[in-house]
Amino acid sequence: MLAVNVKRTLPNFTLDVAFSGDGIIALFGPSGSGKTTIANVVAGLVQPDTGHIAIGDDVLFDSVRRIDVPAHKRRIGYVFQEGRLFPHMTVSRNLDYGRRMNGLPHNNSDRDRVIALLDLGSLLARRPGRLSGGERQRVAIGRALLSKPRLLVLDEPLASLDAARKGEILPYLERLQAETLPMIYVSHQPDEVKRIADQVVRIEHGKVAAAGSIDLLG
Amino acid sequence: MFELSPEEWTAIMLSLRIAITATICSLPVGIAIAWLLARGNFWGKGLLDGIIHLPLVLPPVVTGYLLLIWFGRKGVIGAFLYDVFGISFAFRWTGAALACAVMSFPLLVRPLRLSFESIDRRLEDAASTLGAPPFVVFLTVTLPLALPGLIAGTLLGFAKALGEFGATITFVSNIPGETQTISAAIYTLTQIPNGDAAAARLVIVSIIIALIALVASEWLSRRAGQRFHGE
Repeated sequence: MLAVNVKRTLPNFTLDVAFSGDGIIALFGPSGSGKTTIANVVAGLVQPDTGHIAIGDDVLFDSVRRIDVPAHKRRIGYVFQEGRLFPHMTVSRNLDYGRRMNGLPHNNSDRDRVIALLDLGSLLARRPGRLSGGERQRVAIGRALLSKPRLLVLDEPLASLDAARKGEILPYLERLQAETLPMIYVSHQPDEVKRIADQVVRIEHGKVAAAGSIDLLG
Repeated sequence: MFELSPEEWTAIMLSLRIAITATICSLPVGIAIAWLLARGNFWGKGLLDGIIHLPLVLPPVVTGYLLLIWFGRKGVIGAFLYDVFGISFAFRWTGAALACAVMSFPLLVRPLRLSFESIDRRLEDAASTLGAPPFVVFLTVTLPLALPGLIAGTLLGFAKALGEFGATITFVSNIPGETQTISAAIYTLTQIPNGDAAAARLVIVSIIIALIALVASEWLSRRAGQRFHGE
């Protein structure tokens, strides 16, 4: 169970949110509402002023107890809006980066499973510069999965793609539901959220406007 | 005409040894300083930047003289290094390497710094979410992406170190076999009768070395750049 209760004040924007849940939680709301900041706070890339973040009994951040687990020790897989693949590495080395950094043993069956799940087999020897937008996002998802995260954060993974590419990636995202991995799915598209998420947290102006099942989207 | 005499060979090999030593020793410091200037936000950053670029604008004789005062056997730093580590710079080829390192440092740092500044820092964030601690992020993402600048800086610095004259001759004089580099040897040859042919040979050699360094730098940087754009 993921529990987030954080506050962060900037000169012209205040983020003050609390939510918790299991499974695939969608952070839903208009752009500029603070969704990506929440994702960054959970991943440890942005530090909140005060609050508490925990996955189960594992505390990732607690301003009272002065706990702040650095990003590289949080084991949170992050799929960014723009992929952020390492341009100097092949797809194959991009996929293996997280495993190597976490000192995990080679696990070919796991690697093969993820490669099959996302249809990456024909891309392995290529560099990111030679991939289409959709291919890049699939590799980014695979890279995050293979780092063996305990939570997967997807920040508008379809936002940089055109409609046709979106249609191409959505089935892969639906396949992720079978991974039984807790996820945060950031999006402002109700149709995407309905297809993927178990529950919805609606964010507006840096606050939680509503939270509940996907029926919330009407 | 193109038979190099043993003395000329000595000067060429000495120049190469001095330039290579200067480049290798200043590389780690150069990387650290370039990174600090690109990423750091600290008091005195402008001053540090200025001090590093000073050898570029100061008369080389002034730089050489300052090195002589500080790093000579009686200089504050020179005496300390000699007493504690037994390292001596005065009138030795190591002193020539130090002078070359100082003089070429701005040329080494500048392209590296520009490379560090142009790197998409979001890639570093991505690496940290994948479990890489900060120094590993630097080694596996930042430094490889700065490779074009690293190559350009290293070869430019090397070429500069190879041709350095003013600071070196002021600091460690012009001793054949110890501190007489190609430049110093050419200078000496122009001062004696019948030295023209030998001077011309060394001039040609230095032009060739400099050209090789520049062309190699261009080619390697371009190759490194291409790698990131999909080849």
